[in-house]
Amino acid sequence: MIFEGLAEKLQNTFKKLKGKGKLSEKDVKAAMREVKLALLEADVNYKVVKNFINKITQRSIGHEVLESLTPGQQVIKIVNEELTNLMGTTQSKINFASKPPTIIMLVGLQGAGKTTTGGKLGGLLKKMGKRPLLVACDVYRPAAIKQLHVVGEKLDIPVFSMGDKVNPVNIAKAGIEHAKKYGNDVVIIDTAGRLHIDEKLMDELKNIKSEVNPHEILLVVDAMTGQDAVNVAETFNSQLGIDGVILTKLDGDTRGGAALSVRAVTDKPIKYIGVGEKLSDLEPFYPDRMASRILGMGDILSLIEKA
Amino acid sequence: LKTRQGITEKIDTLLKSYKKIDEEFLEELEEILIMSDVGMDTTLKIMDKLREKINDRKISETSEVKEVLKEVMIEFLTTSKDSSLNISPSPAIILVIGVNGVGKTTSIGKIAYNLKSQGKKVLLAAGDTFRAAAIDQLKVWGERIGVNVVHQSEGSDPGAVVFDAIQAAKARKIDVLICDTAGRLHNKKNLMNELSKIFKIIDREYPEAKREVLLVLDATTGQNAIQQAKTFKEAANITGIVLTKLDGTAKGGVILGITSELDVPVKLIGIGEGKEDLQPFEPEEFIEALLSEN
Ligand SMILES: Nc1nc2c(ncn2[C@@H]2O[C@H](COP(=O)(O)OP(=O)(O)OP(=O)(O)O)[C@@H](O)[C@H]2O)c(=O)[nH]1
Ligand SMILES: Nc1nc2c(ncn2[C@@H]2O[C@H](COP(=O)(O)OP(=O)(O)OP(=O)(O)O)[C@@H](O)[C@H]2O)c(=O)[nH]1
Ligand SMILES: [Mg+2]
Ligand SMILES: [Mg+2]
Repeated sequence: MIFEGLAEKLQNTFKKLKGKGKLSEKDVKAAMREVKLALLEADVNYKVVKNFINKITQRSIGHEVLESLTPGQQVIKIVNEELTNLMGTTQSKINFASKPPTIIMLVGLQGAGKTTTGGKLGGLLKKMGKRPLLVACDVYRPAAIKQLHVVGEKLDIPVFSMGDKVNPVNIAKAGIEHAKKYGNDVVIIDTAGRLHIDEKLMDELKNIKSEVNPHEILLVVDAMTGQDAVNVAETFNSQLGIDGVILTKLDGDTRGGAALSVRAVTDKPIKYIGVGEKLSDLEPFYPDRMASRILGMGDILSLIEKA
Repeated sequence: LKTRQGITEKIDTLLKSYKKIDEEFLEELEEILIMSDVGMDTTLKIMDKLREKINDRKISETSEVKEVLKEVMIEFLTTSKDSSLNISPSPAIILVIGVNGVGKTTSIGKIAYNLKSQGKKVLLAAGDTFRAAAIDQLKVWGERIGVNVVHQSEGSDPGAVVFDAIQAAKARKIDVLICDTAGRLHNKKNLMNELSKIFKIIDREYPEAKREVLLVLDATTGQNAIQQAKTFKEAANITGIVLTKLDGTAKGGVILGITSELDVPVKLIGIGEGKEDLQPFEPEEFIEALLSEN
């Protein structure tokens, strides 16, 4: 499960907190140190962790909390609230255009899972009754176009491509014309993997954006990403204005910290998660359930709510 | 490294703002390491060693700390193993493994190009029969660098591909055979077992070949890389690591814990997508880059 290690550590910390009748500032600080280590261990970005801990500490060492009858539980409640804040509260869906086709553009670092996810997303939308078209705008990676064709074939979804000698901006434009002509109501644009610091390639994305005005620019992020996730997300967001994030490879024993970091720095929702290599392995993301799952406190929370 | 030459700005700024070594200063050093993906455990170990050396040598000026820190970090990157590819005398077989999307196929293209430039006869085996167009991807690389690729069709048995490739390598008196494999997450038992089947075939068909098993790790990966390295080492007895995507802003600090704990050397680094974007691993340079701004 995502956040498994984190969940285990936090729950241990909270067991100790709950066991204490009365709490001192020192107890809270000690617990927060443990929370901090657990988050860092889960690859949440250092700055994000620092902010998070500061907020909780400040709220927790107030009089209402420490002098309440159940200070331990109050602290846990605060952590849950802040964690939910950090993750976002509601599930975010794809925004469909009022006038089709809806244009979705997938962007991200090399190997993050864009092409595979493009297929998965197409499959999901097809099941919803849409008629998606995949557009092959990666003209750089060897056999990237072929890869998208194979994926499209498996899903029985059409793929538009123009080879690797045409400018990706033109391919995107032509792809949308094609969709209009053939009645495809969703266009999913697969782009080449690129580094966020590669200005030339980032410009290419900006050009595609300004030519085709996508309704959704989704940043595909590998869930195993470490501290650098914030730089990547921040740059893609500031350069392109992303609308959401798809987190991939969550079927690994992944710590998932990137999820928290990316959301914290961009304030953009995680819309879907990839949980396997198969083309059916894509799920909507439910942030509200995630926080309480991490804290393992479905029941604790309802108890606190009653208290 | 190509994109991040020399200067350790980040640490230099820090050194300028503190004259004396105190707790706050050490905490900031700690922060730099954590921000570079070194990880909590390894960072604490490094800091302990650093404190020890600072005490032993009675160092009190921050200006002297940088060299000591580098010294400690290099110890973490030093293994008992040779960091060059173990491929001579011919023949040799290199098996390239790792999780999804880290850069296995691309690294194979680069390694093959490099060996070919040294005058070696190289052959590639398209052992990833699973991922869409993985075979085509390797074939494009083969054409690009002028190296033959042994392949079957998508969905065929990877063991059979390796078997074929070994026979071809023997018949054509190849110096180095490099086998691509499908990306597999280390926590998937059945996929890890598939690797041991491939090893059995190599044991049986090519015992005379020098063997190099390279684990490819993506420098962008966080603490999960430690688990990857541990599990792949158990399943496959890896002999070296290729650390890719160091041309980005990720520091790849997680490698310090891996090399020191598992005693497996980093042999090569990837710094781009082109055929020449491969370099031998230089610990000093790597640490300079890790301690630098961005
Ligand atoms: N286990 C697992 N593997 C995934 C998932 N999503 C993608 N992959 C794998 O990750 C690898 C890279 O996926 P691609 O779709 O090629 O990634 P990309 O971002 O298009 O890569 P580039 O185009 O080279 O930048 C492939 O082996 C995929 O099968 C996932 O959710 N789980
Ligand atoms: N910037 C950069 N990109 C790299 C590097 N090495 C590989 N890549 C890119 O990363 C992406 C994935 O590389 P692949 O070689 O397909 O990775 P793989 O491990 O074979 O992937 P799977 O077979 O799907 O598991 C491609 O877009 C490569 O061009 C590197 O050192 N730097
Ligand atoms: Mg792709
Ligand atoms: Mg590959």
